[in-house]
Amino acid sequence: MTDRQIMTGDEIRRAVVRISHEIVEKQAGTDGLALVGIQRRGVPLARRIADAIEEHEGVRLPVGALDITFYRDDLSLVAQQPIVKGTDLPFDLNGTTVVLVDDVLYTGRTIRAAMDALIDFGRPRAIRLAVLIDRGHRELPIRADHVGKNVPTSREEIVKVQVEDVDGHEEVTIGRQLRTAEPSTGNAS
Amino acid sequence: MSAGTEAAAAHAAGPAPTQEVVWHHRHLLDVDVLTWPEIELIMRTTDEMKGILARPIRKVPALNGRRVTTLFYEASTRTRVSFETAARNLSADVVSVSTATSSVTKGESLVDTIRTLEALGAEILVMRHSVSGAPYLAADIFGGHVLNGGDGWHAHPTQALLDLYTMRQHLPGGDLRGRKVAIVGDILHSRVARSNIWSLTAAGADLWLCGPATLLRGMDRWAEAWRGGSVPGHVSFHVTSDVDAAVRDADVVMALRIQRERMQGGLLPSMREYAARFGLNAERVSLARPEAIVMHPGPMNEGVEISPDVAISGRSVITEQVANGVAVRMALLYLLAGSHQGAAMHEAGHEAAHPHDAGHAEAIR
Repeated sequence: MTDRQIMTGDEIRRAVVRISHEIVEKQAGTDGLALVGIQRRGVPLARRIADAIEEHEGVRLPVGALDITFYRDDLSLVAQQPIVKGTDLPFDLNGTTVVLVDDVLYTGRTIRAAMDALIDFGRPRAIRLAVLIDRGHRELPIRADHVGKNVPTSREEIVKVQVEDVDGHEEVTIGRQLRTAEPSTGNAS
Repeated sequence: MSAGTEAAAAHAAGPAPTQEVVWHHRHLLDVDVLTWPEIELIMRTTDEMKGILARPIRKVPALNGRRVTTLFYEASTRTRVSFETAARNLSADVVSVSTATSSVTKGESLVDTIRTLEALGAEILVMRHSVSGAPYLAADIFGGHVLNGGDGWHAHPTQALLDLYTMRQHLPGGDLRGRKVAIVGDILHSRVARSNIWSLTAAGADLWLCGPATLLRGMDRWAEAWRGGSVPGHVSFHVTSDVDAAVRDADVVMALRIQRERMQGGLLPSMREYAARFGLNAERVSLARPEAIVMHPGPMNEGVEISPDVAISGRSVITEQVANGVAVRMALLYLLAGSHQGAAMHEAGHEAAHPHDAGHAEAIR
């Protein structure tokens, strides 16, 4: 493999802290805010943004997990079904400002599916988007409100985010696609 | 046979890795072809579907635009409504063919009917037929996916899977290993019993089939074949006409319907005598473990195989079975619809048979 590191664990930590400040600044406080991570790596990232906000604001925001498997638009295109990882939204969405959190923003289709899924649970006052990596190549009119790092890529490249809770260590790498990527990673859709 | 022992072997090997299970079945005709990890994948997917059913909007777009056709050659309320509800919950388009009002009454053959439905756009065919094996014929000629909704005396895979799901919900850790499951009633005519044999032995349950000797015909040989399988000692499978022995200390007691419509003369002296000797009444059920559950696949002949007070008692999970049926069928429709279509179509010589497949990529919202 010729994977190249583009973010270290420390850089991920700093990006998460900066995003947490940005979110609070943009919303002028923490009232009515909730964080929803997209399965799989968006969930630990959302939890860490909530930790950082708790540290500097003294308020614990509600954190949810969203699985978008049943809202994907490519069930008949992928080689095998994505594995469902579970949705858990332990708060009332109505009237809240939801910040969706994901690891990589690519085509925008995952976010489109996430918004559809979210709206089936209630009517948020607003939906915002925070991502660790924006790698470009949007296929839908979607943009992130908060970005950890913008990374210019080609479509043949794979951006891989690894976080402690899921992968045992932290880093972001970029590499060439060798074979078809697994269908359910954040960078595939 | 081999699939059953394989499944048992997979189970005996200990808890399977929960990742890495790839669903590759194009059809679901019986549970005999499923490995234990595949059954667990169905159970986990069903958990997710239960989650959807608990939401304010019980509908997801997973099968948006996909066409599910139900073709029932036999009467049914719960299975058919359950499949159609499941398909609609996944946003599929549902076409429902009732043979009583179709060209079948003009003498159209099964093969012609299926070809016609395929030409009309059917992609997933849910089928019930009074002839054992009919869905296998359908799977041979149909270019999409076939889901068996019950064929003759042979198989009723979705019922067996919803039964398994319901049992797991009520047993600590969802583990059936060593748990005593007694199935009492008309085993001979029961596709539910036959499919349950596969899934329950794969799950490691202590399985007891019970009924009058005339309604157990052939079951001894099944049990013998199972016990003599490649993993002896892991399969516990008993056949008896002693209902008290079957029910005593059971964790699950399942009554099966006496299928009068399939009953040929001489198998039972009378319904009253059957009810007295084999019917599940409160006294008999009290022989089971205190926390045992009572199941029935429906429709019930109350007062024959099960007494009305048992059917509505606190132990009865009969309505839970019905509710779980929708979730299990959603899981199966979802898994089948996503199984590798290109390969499936190619293998059947239907490369470009489905304009929908080509269109679907374009039609992405």
